[in-house]
Amino acid sequence: MDVTRRDLLRASSHAALLSLVPAAARAADPPAAIQFDPAQPDGVREIATLEALPGKKPLIKLSYRPPNYETPFSYFDQLWTPNDAFFVRYHLAVIPEVDAQEWRLKIGGEGATTPFELTFDQLNRDFEQVEIAAVCLCSGNRRGLFQPHVPGVQWGQGAIGNAKWKGVRLKDVLAKAGVKKEAVELRLDGADSPPLEKTPDFAKSLPLWKALDDTVLIATSMNGAPLPHWNGYPARIVVPGWTATYWMKHVISLELLTKPLDNYWMKTAYRIPQGKFPVVQRFLGQENDSNAPITEIMVNSIISNLSNGQRVKVGQQVDIRGMAWDGGYGINSVEISTDGGSSWSEANLGDDPGRFSFRPFSFRFQPKNSGKAVIVARASNKIGQTQTAELIPNPAGYHHNVMQRVTLDVGA
Amino acid sequence: MRNLLAASLLFFAAPAMADEDAIKLKPAPGHDTVEQNCAMCHSLDYVRMNSTFMTPQVWNDVVQKMIKAYGAPIEAADAKIITDYLATQYGVPAPAKP
Repeated sequence: MDVTRRDLLRASSHAALLSLVPAAARAADPPAAIQFDPAQPDGVREIATLEALPGKKPLIKLSYRPPNYETPFSYFDQLWTPNDAFFVRYHLAVIPEVDAQEWRLKIGGEGATTPFELTFDQLNRDFEQVEIAAVCLCSGNRRGLFQPHVPGVQWGQGAIGNAKWKGVRLKDVLAKAGVKKEAVELRLDGADSPPLEKTPDFAKSLPLWKALDDTVLIATSMNGAPLPHWNGYPARIVVPGWTATYWMKHVISLELLTKPLDNYWMKTAYRIPQGKFPVVQRFLGQENDSNAPITEIMVNSIISNLSNGQRVKVGQQVDIRGMAWDGGYGINSVEISTDGGSSWSEANLGDDPGRFSFRPFSFRFQPKNSGKAVIVARASNKIGQTQTAELIPNPAGYHHNVMQRVTLDVGA
Repeated sequence: MRNLLAASLLFFAAPAMADEDAIKLKPAPGHDTVEQNCAMCHSLDYVRMNSTFMTPQVWNDVVQKMIKAYGAPIEAADAKIITDYLATQYGVPAPAKP
């Protein structure tokens, strides 16, 4: 029998997971072609392909090794991003397939009074289960739209997803380890590692106050099913409102630190310039005079059902739909312009599954004149923050929350 | 974590390698040095995805970051060959001096 390694992999680890994905989450078909943003570099057009990782739908492949795959934008027309269409992002190429029965979570560090270890069964059994809806957003989502371009994974719109994360509160697990008063940060480490010994292992830290926040989880399930392998099976950290760099996948170690973590991933990577972004929750222990670790998600939105160059007719009812989100203050309004930003009207806001979730919006308009209609969406949150009109440049290409524009061709 | 992965590494590497063989870089002086060194840690779509917008200075910064921050074992002579290849084949010229 001719069975490839890939088939084996799919059969062994993913068949069980797939069968648990709710039918509704499988409804959307993958697109036939990638819709590139005109701003993306030409090189992306040459190498991006629609390809399926084992257990996943075809996603937009940007790199094979480590795997970086983004979610096609049509999936954002639904509130919950399906597990098998959820984006995949790794820094380092050695990604073990973790067996939940062999998995252990070590909790310790100098800032812990009683270090201990958890099995997967103990994690699920010994702590209260909670569920929270939250957007998982790569810090560099839309990096490919930066002008001028900056080096890095040239993401389009799709390094983002919205899911219901279920698991246990991180603070409950830390309480069992006993948090010493000297503890300042929590170090997070996952099972993935670099191909070279000298490459810094991907480890991150959270300020202790954030690690102890009620909303921060060790999640074992998303959208009612176990985490997909590519999204951190069997357990990952979920930090609602903060970018995904802190959402450690395949988490195996939690270390309470008595001094700030000093590694490449904290001190050099994932930094934003001081004073340029309206950040409320700061990671002060890791800041310096010129830059700071990225923390909160900026208020933002995506138009999910229209694409550039789409044809409509004068007098036709055109529905504009999309999703808005922010760092957890809650979406206050989404305004729509159909004339390139000269005039604005309020969109209707849909279901509100919680302040960290996507908030759907919709708006109906009838084009009056033939030609181009430039649709713009502008989300604002409950603390008065609004999407930016002009890109806020920063060297690593983070926090792209420029109002999105979609140009429709209106025929007579 | 390294003890977890011995078996799975081979398992994963094989299909990934088959797919990424489709990613070709332009034949030009330095091509082999680029493939041998850069592909140790990542597939070569990383190179092509990051084109065409980097000046020789920015490509140099990227190569130096791979060596200094990521620990890539690349000799200085090879680093120059790699940087020159990337700047020539996948870069833009330095802006003219005023």
